[in-house]
Amino acid sequence: MKTERIAKKFARCAHEGRPALITFVSAGAPDLATGSAILQGLPAAGADLIELGMPFSDPMADGLAIQLGGQRALADGHTLHTTLDMVKIFRQNDDTTPIILMGYYNPIYAFGREKFLAAAREAGVDGLIIVDLPYEEDEELCLPALEAGLNFIRLTTPTTDDARLELVLQNTSGFVYYVSMTGVTGAALSNTKAVGEAVTRIKIQTDLPVAVGFGIKTADDAALIGRYADVVVVGTVLVNAVADSLDSEGKATPETVSAVHDLVASLADGVRRART
Amino acid sequence: MNEQKTNSLRNGPTEEGRFGDFGGRFVAETLMPLIRELEEAYDAAKSDPAYIAQLSDLNTHYTGRPSPLYFAERMSEHLGGAKVYFKREELNHTGSHKLNNCLGQILLAKRMGKTRIIAETGAGQHGVATATVCARFGLPCVVYMGATDVERQAPNVFRMELLGAKIVPVTAGAGTLKDAMNEALRDWVANVEDTYYLIGTAAGPHPYPAMVRDFQSVIGAELREQFDRIEGGTPDALVACIGGGSNAIGLFHEFLDDPNVKMYGAEAGGYGIDVDNGHAASMTGGRPGVLHGNRTYLLQDEDGQILEGDSISAGLDYPGVGPEHSFLKDSGRVNYVPITDSEALEAFQLCARLEGILPALESAHGLAQVMKLAPTMDRDQTIVLCLSGRGDKDVDTVSQHIKGA
Repeated sequence: MKTERIAKKFARCAHEGRPALITFVSAGAPDLATGSAILQGLPAAGADLIELGMPFSDPMADGLAIQLGGQRALADGHTLHTTLDMVKIFRQNDDTTPIILMGYYNPIYAFGREKFLAAAREAGVDGLIIVDLPYEEDEELCLPALEAGLNFIRLTTPTTDDARLELVLQNTSGFVYYVSMTGVTGAALSNTKAVGEAVTRIKIQTDLPVAVGFGIKTADDAALIGRYADVVVVGTVLVNAVADSLDSEGKATPETVSAVHDLVASLADGVRRART
Repeated sequence: MNEQKTNSLRNGPTEEGRFGDFGGRFVAETLMPLIRELEEAYDAAKSDPAYIAQLSDLNTHYTGRPSPLYFAERMSEHLGGAKVYFKREELNHTGSHKLNNCLGQILLAKRMGKTRIIAETGAGQHGVATATVCARFGLPCVVYMGATDVERQAPNVFRMELLGAKIVPVTAGAGTLKDAMNEALRDWVANVEDTYYLIGTAAGPHPYPAMVRDFQSVIGAELREQFDRIEGGTPDALVACIGGGSNAIGLFHEFLDDPNVKMYGAEAGGYGIDVDNGHAASMTGGRPGVLHGNRTYLLQDEDGQILEGDSISAGLDYPGVGPEHSFLKDSGRVNYVPITDSEALEAFQLCARLEGILPALESAHGLAQVMKLAPTMDRDQTIVLCLSGRGDKDVDTVSQHIKGA
């Protein structure tokens, strides 16, 4: 049995006639206490789903902002175990907001695949996005994850043609994540009309909700993309909000948590006016 | 092509790019279609007589192949055991084995209609070779190089600039080869339409490990013929240094099914294999993991975070290794051994004085293993070292270590 939080959340947003907002934050950044406070407050600030980044030393598909965010957490002693502990604590007060872990394969491989899947399910994780596991490597983690009751959310990109898309979608569950451009996280938004066409192309092949991410920075971006997408994903600007709030030694300040939550509130407002 | 034997060690990789459990295609979706396209283009090229002829012609007239097989007489006498031969890849144009691979790939990039070349480099040998072929074929070239390496390999940086390449120093992490590779991958993701990523070693996602091996296998193929002519039969032992392992797999692959040929890969032992994060010996001091597109032995901590590693040699300073080496390690076919910085420095100086040859610090790691091995062997036995690069680029580093910085 897969966890049902994702499907329930999308149903509710659809009922409200608006796209859902996914917020990405790096787990444990800039330190565990601040990172936990950021995580706990995201739903109240307006996040519908949460993508929690599992810090990795070599995040090849991410831009500098997210790399530095992860490095701050790692420098603070963060590990994959700590990420799972954060989810466990979050779940004590929130049993409805879906949490998707996003990251790279090696820390999971080092943790032990079966052991990780069981621990993630137990902690209250709903799905995984693993950047360096294309469908060609489905047997590594995707199929075992589905078996263990976790959603495996796949990225599709402008380089994914229709023939490939069919295979990408085959074992995807929860939703599909369309990467709005060829590039790393944090680059500028490409033309929104092309994004709309891409979403339409994906929807021909699947009934799953389509999320769009990469390059969405403001409430207006969120409103614009939310016209086409079922889900709007925002990450780098939130990671930047953390970075900008730090003191000269890179430590959290009293503004750090509210800087992120204020920005989430404004983005949540953006998705609410996407279709009005 | 030779007929494939079912029990051969030379059959890899599988269609999925696996050597046993190693290798694979662990890359972001954006890059997958490009990697599949590359695989198809390479499959077509390697059976195209026109492509093969062009590469062979360039190998002869541009690189200067075949590289000589040289009997290192005074080194052999000094060590007092096996006869030591050098396969002299350092005499190739640009001064290392790297050009063998770059020529093969640049011809492929041209066939694929790519108009921009990117590469990563550690010591700068691959960067120089890439900049060279880009100049030769009139393509713009961007080389990513760790900021630390830019500093310690200054002569090569200037060579690349002379050849018209743009050098991008990478400051993330420790500023070495791993960080340069991350940055090159990011460039590729952002420039998928026109850009060809010319990887310098037999690592990365399939088909790179197999393709780079094929281009470097000219080393072993020439050696078999040269050795048989000079000594008769096959060498008793082969030795090569291992960073990513492209010169080593190029030397070894031809002989994998010759059970009498022993093989040794010299990894960068840095300050010593027992020093935490003080070496770059991924096979002797690491464990399997997934990085840069393949599963292979990696230097990593408990949490699966990749360690930087440490070596006096910028070309060996990489926390991973080509997946075929990981397979050959687990199968027991090749012995991988760590060589410390000081052992490599000693070999470097000995080679200079006894043979009048300055080896690259990378190759000096291989020579240090030869120095351990030769005295344990009989005088009628033979060792061939792949002298993969020349040491001109390293004289400053060596001088700092000998005289004390």
